[in-house]
Amino acid sequence: MTTLAPLDVETVRKDFPLLARTVHGRPLVYLDSASSSLQPRQVLAAMEHYYETSHANVHRGVYTTAEEATALYEGARESVGRFVGAADPERELVFVKNATEALNLVAHSWGGANLRPGDAVLLTQMEHHANLVPWLILAEGTGLELRYLAVDGDGRLDLSDLDRKLDGVKIVGVSAMSNVLGTIPPLREIADAAHAAGALVVADGAQAVPHFPVDVQALGVDFLAFSAHKMLGPTGIGALWARAELLDSMPPFLGGGGMILDVRLDRFVPAGPPHRFEAGTPPIAEAVGFAAAVDYMKSLGMTRVRAHEAQLTEYAVNALSERLGDDCTLFGPPAGDDRGGVLSLGFRDVHAHDLAQVLDQYGVCVRPGHHCAKPLMRVLGVTATARASIGPYNDEQDVDTLIEGLVEAGRLFA
Amino acid sequence: MTDLEDLYREIILDHYRSPRNRGELESPPAHRVEGFNPLCGDEVVVTVLVDDGHVTDIKFAGNGCSISQSSASLMSSAVKGKSLVEVRELIRTFKSMMSIHEATLGPDGDGDGEGSDEEDGRGDGDGRGPVDVRKIGELAALQGVVKFPVRIKCATLSWNALAQGLDEVQSGN
Repeated sequence: MTTLAPLDVETVRKDFPLLARTVHGRPLVYLDSASSSLQPRQVLAAMEHYYETSHANVHRGVYTTAEEATALYEGARESVGRFVGAADPERELVFVKNATEALNLVAHSWGGANLRPGDAVLLTQMEHHANLVPWLILAEGTGLELRYLAVDGDGRLDLSDLDRKLDGVKIVGVSAMSNVLGTIPPLREIADAAHAAGALVVADGAQAVPHFPVDVQALGVDFLAFSAHKMLGPTGIGALWARAELLDSMPPFLGGGGMILDVRLDRFVPAGPPHRFEAGTPPIAEAVGFAAAVDYMKSLGMTRVRAHEAQLTEYAVNALSERLGDDCTLFGPPAGDDRGGVLSLGFRDVHAHDLAQVLDQYGVCVRPGHHCAKPLMRVLGVTATARASIGPYNDEQDVDTLIEGLVEAGRLFA
Repeated sequence: MTDLEDLYREIILDHYRSPRNRGELESPPAHRVEGFNPLCGDEVVVTVLVDDGHVTDIKFAGNGCSISQSSASLMSSAVKGKSLVEVRELIRTFKSMMSIHEATLGPDGDGDGEGSDEEDGRGDGDGRGPVDVRKIGELAALQGVVKFPVRIKCATLSWNALAQGLDEVQSGN
């Protein structure tokens, strides 16, 4: 095994213009990447260059810039698909608005066509609302059964009764990394068990794809949803990867231009995937930015990104415990291979909103609240946590400033 | 830190640490209303007893941040024993204090033609500032919240629940 040179964070930081900003006279300490990441100037430049040199609608015009725009858009599909290990992005990678839309697409299209009363869907207690509510909508009044894998005291999924819970299940929805706990569940193990029980697996990769190497073949999942804006790309675009034969069999989700072969006044013939699922003018500049973000992440190296973030997570977990002791409650598994850089914390009995407000005075951006995972918050027995989450541009100084702010909050609310 | 000290004034921290009228009244006879802040998951339960056109007792429960808890505590102290007319007026005054638009208008700001539903027409050019703080006593401590727009919902949570409760009581629901 060759030793990997560590991520040069000093250099990485220079690529992110927003990190040059000050807030309340302090340098910005951005610890909210689980919510949305920052963008490097390479991504911003790619989008601006596209608008300045090639913008046109895709798949329609025959003039030069329209051909260029189409090539850039389809090229982005290729890059983004390859980034997650797709064998045939041209058929398997659908551009959508975000991971939420991707999961809605699966529930509505695949679920609507394949799930019958009495069928079961297996989800987990730690899912984001994006992987809960679409299934709740589908289950409303249809006799569909929703089951849940529990989260144990360490913040890991309890898989002890996985086989029993899979009985009668047609599809399993599971996060590839929890946006609250940082838990990285053993997806391959879950997928193998699901397939043995005749169920498919849809993985919510919104938190995973930005932070460690994700390969759909290695994970063995059937669907993977993720968002560009959490992986250094722009807002407004995300992706659904699915096995080609599944997409082939699925009915359209949204109807409109670009998703048809033929339309008459009494019927229509849908286009093949992925265009069948991309009604209307797509987010073209955002696709260009998405591809630039993927290029940037590849230049960093996802193994290197993961190593850096795992090391910083361990530093943070230790520093919080050493410097704040019992005053700080940290949710989720201990730092290790199955934990990403999401630090949901409580500080004494100070409310998360108040913590975040004080931290803002230190320039520190954290997210207070339920993180769109209210069922998980109930399991944890809290209404809100303050969540600090790590990206490739964070360093130990950021963690130190976070702790400095927490100490001040403790003083203020003592 | 001046903005932060403006937000977390001593009266607010005092009501947060030692909330007044915390708990739930027996319902019935008290009227019970729940309020939710979907942004942060905060929940408040207001139980209010109305008798002979007066708020004779009020309690609040639930959990939330220092702003939502102190606002509920300050509210309960302010409305207890007051007539429904006075309470309605206090709710109106408090909510206008929490309005970003009005708060950004200074007393000499050109508010002409704006806020059409608030045209009292009284004291033109005088006391037409955000709020006459003399009328609201300790509640004025929450004025700083308006500089932190996201927190306005925290401050108004219990007030909206109370307003809803009074509507329900008065319409006989």
